[in-house]
Amino acid sequence: MASQHRLDMQGISIEFPGVKALTDVDFTLESGTIHALIGANGAGKSTLMKILAGAYDTHTGQVLLDGQPVEIRSPRASKQLGIEIVYQEVDTALIPYLSIAENIMLDVLVNNMGGRQWVNWPELHRSARKVLERIGVRLDTRVLVQELTLAQKQMVLIARALAGDARFLILDEPTAPLSNTETEELFRLMRDLAHNHGVGVVFISHRLPELFEVCELITVMRDGRRVAHHGIADVSKKQIIELMLGHRFDETYPKRQVELGDTLLETRGLTAADGAVTDVNLTVRAGEIVGIAGLVGAGKTELCKTLFGAIEIKSGEIWLKGRPLRITSPHSAVTQGLALVPEERRKEGVLVDEPVYVNLSAASLSKYCGPFDMINQRAEREAARKAIKDLGVKTPSENQVLAYLSGGNQQKVAVGKWLISKAEVYIFDEPTKGVDVGAKQEIFELIGALAKQGKGILYASCEFAEILGITDRAYVMYDHTIAKELETAQTTEEELLFFSTGGK
Amino acid sequence: MKATAHPSTANWVGSALSFITKWGTVLTIFILVAFFSILMPSFLSASNLVTILRSISIVTVIAIGVTMSLTVNGFDLSVGSVATLADSLVISMFVWYGLGSVFSIVIALAGCLVVALLNAFLIVKLRIPDLLATLSMMFIIEGVAMTYTGGGSISEGMPRLDGTPTFGKLEPVFRLIGQSPTIIIIMLVVVAVVHVFLNYTKHGRYLYVVGGNLEAARLSGIPVDRYRTLAYVLATLFAAFGGVMLGSRIGSAQINAGAGYLMPSVAAAYIGFSVGGARRANAIGTFVGAVLVGVLENGLVMMSVPYYAMNIVKGAVLALALAATYFRKR
Repeated sequence: MASQHRLDMQGISIEFPGVKALTDVDFTLESGTIHALIGANGAGKSTLMKILAGAYDTHTGQVLLDGQPVEIRSPRASKQLGIEIVYQEVDTALIPYLSIAENIMLDVLVNNMGGRQWVNWPELHRSARKVLERIGVRLDTRVLVQELTLAQKQMVLIARALAGDARFLILDEPTAPLSNTETEELFRLMRDLAHNHGVGVVFISHRLPELFEVCELITVMRDGRRVAHHGIADVSKKQIIELMLGHRFDETYPKRQVELGDTLLETRGLTAADGAVTDVNLTVRAGEIVGIAGLVGAGKTELCKTLFGAIEIKSGEIWLKGRPLRITSPHSAVTQGLALVPEERRKEGVLVDEPVYVNLSAASLSKYCGPFDMINQRAEREAARKAIKDLGVKTPSENQVLAYLSGGNQQKVAVGKWLISKAEVYIFDEPTKGVDVGAKQEIFELIGALAKQGKGILYASCEFAEILGITDRAYVMYDHTIAKELETAQTTEEELLFFSTGGK
Repeated sequence: MKATAHPSTANWVGSALSFITKWGTVLTIFILVAFFSILMPSFLSASNLVTILRSISIVTVIAIGVTMSLTVNGFDLSVGSVATLADSLVISMFVWYGLGSVFSIVIALAGCLVVALLNAFLIVKLRIPDLLATLSMMFIIEGVAMTYTGGGSISEGMPRLDGTPTFGKLEPVFRLIGQSPTIIIIMLVVVAVVHVFLNYTKHGRYLYVVGGNLEAARLSGIPVDRYRTLAYVLATLFAAFGGVMLGSRIGSAQINAGAGYLMPSVAAAYIGFSVGGARRANAIGTFVGAVLVGVLENGLVMMSVPYYAMNIVKGAVLALALAATYFRKR
């Protein structure tokens, strides 16, 4: 079992349309070690591991197993070499209405049945139980996967990876949804696999303290390159953060001078259902742009949606202009003066099959309605044309179907919808995601203009440079709550990243 | 492949194709009319055209109900049995209880409103997929209608199943609903009103927005549950009104009288998707779809195609309409 293996990736590069995702990356994984892989969002960690798992076939460079070149161009080829990956989204990899045993033995059922047509149930359960025993997990193999907790599902996925005698196991941010005790359990399992069974484990995580707890080696990536490779004992948290950030080119942010007014929005102990966010206390003043910084999975989107009534509030209060709000749905949030530009633009923010003017009026149609709720089409289009001009949306006319606009212009429409509606507090969730540099600039200016009008702005982003560039004050989120409040003028990217990765 | 070498040809082919997808249904109607009138000159007579319009009136009104459910990207399979229930209720009010026209119609519609709210409850609150919720409702309503009538039909002078004699009469005003030209006028008014409602009012716009992207609609502050409920309630109410028209037309309540209207209504509403390039369920399109189905049926009857073979043609037309709607979507 514990034979030594060594996997070398050398000079790996890959390009996607318009982006060079990886440039000349080396990575080495040995049996019996736990190897941390870390980098900011978009640094290329997941891409690198997906190449190892055979998800792409357009990369260049070579992979060596024990010094012998191997071709990994399909998931099947990867599995045959004993490489298994557990993706972050466990639910997409499991079949909820099948039993634990069937899920664990899925690869066997799909690929190794040969000419057999009948399922040998006792054998299937026996094999599944053996795998679970090996990793020390006590679960009844007859239970359906849909009845399991998130952590248990993860165990089942790991068990599935090991059912095929994995020599290398990649865990892509496995701890993000787990509680502390569940995380401890996972670490125990990782150590057991590495040290007693000779498995080489890659551990991707944003949480620095965790890396120091279980890993022996660390590789840091930035902008598609490997920037450092160390034994974990040889580096400090501070050094890692500096390596992750490096020197980025500076974007220019519009300078604004705005008198801050009274407190507009305030939350007291805001807690959402299912722990999406817990005990959030924040304030936003009139004319103030408040950042919500945090890494992916920290709970920024959940906080935005909770404020907006799209996630059920369990306890706590939301106050606007000194009055408590009762927010039960996005509809009630809108009527009480809140606006949200959601993160998933195409899925949640805009109507891609509808023309621009329908999108622009979607949140404020009542304003253009006459008797019998008839829409005054002339006024509606008039307002749409004005918004298109004010926002600088590049479209031939207000009748253009939104799908034909670029991402940046779609985003301007998603923002413009709320400008027409006249809210008091605007919540932006990653508004620059998938937007080109020019449009980014215009969106920043729009946000600045809103602040100038005395609106309150909440700006959630995992791009710390943006947080530093446009906010007055920032809250850093970690583990579904606010970990730190910082004055933007007196902080740095390093500090933001420090608190975002669980620093105290 | 050659078309790419000659951009002008490619453009021409492209615009011809888009013309066909937009106006193919209307074109088909004209071709069918030409075809039938060459074979049978009497097809084009004024009286036959009125017959066609009269025959599609009930289908159209029920199909408008289906259209309503389609606007929110839903589907209502229970419209046929709702029509049956409305038919049974309205006729029984006259024949069994001797009520007047206004009361009878209002009570029939009110009875169906209960069904509508139940549909909406199952779909919007309990989150059962619409197709399954309305499928089960279809059977429930059919059963309720049959239980209510005692498993038989109701007509003037016919004693109830327990032997109680009946004295109620259908009022002449009520019978007028089912005769042309009234029935045709009613259909046209329904189509016009729904067209205005869907295209020129806030509520119509919201229905389409909810149907286009539920999550985006919700995050725009539209009360999506309320609008989905509205869609299913209106769907049932139009189906019920179609059932009242049916009762007036045949002057009696028959077992499963409305069941036969489900298929052509669904066909009409789906055919309507593409009319004029609307790419969504709409009132005028649904009317055009009903005309297509009506012309086809009328022509085939005149050509003495046996009634039992008619479903083959109707089913094929629906399949074609669905192909035209979904094939382009990819």
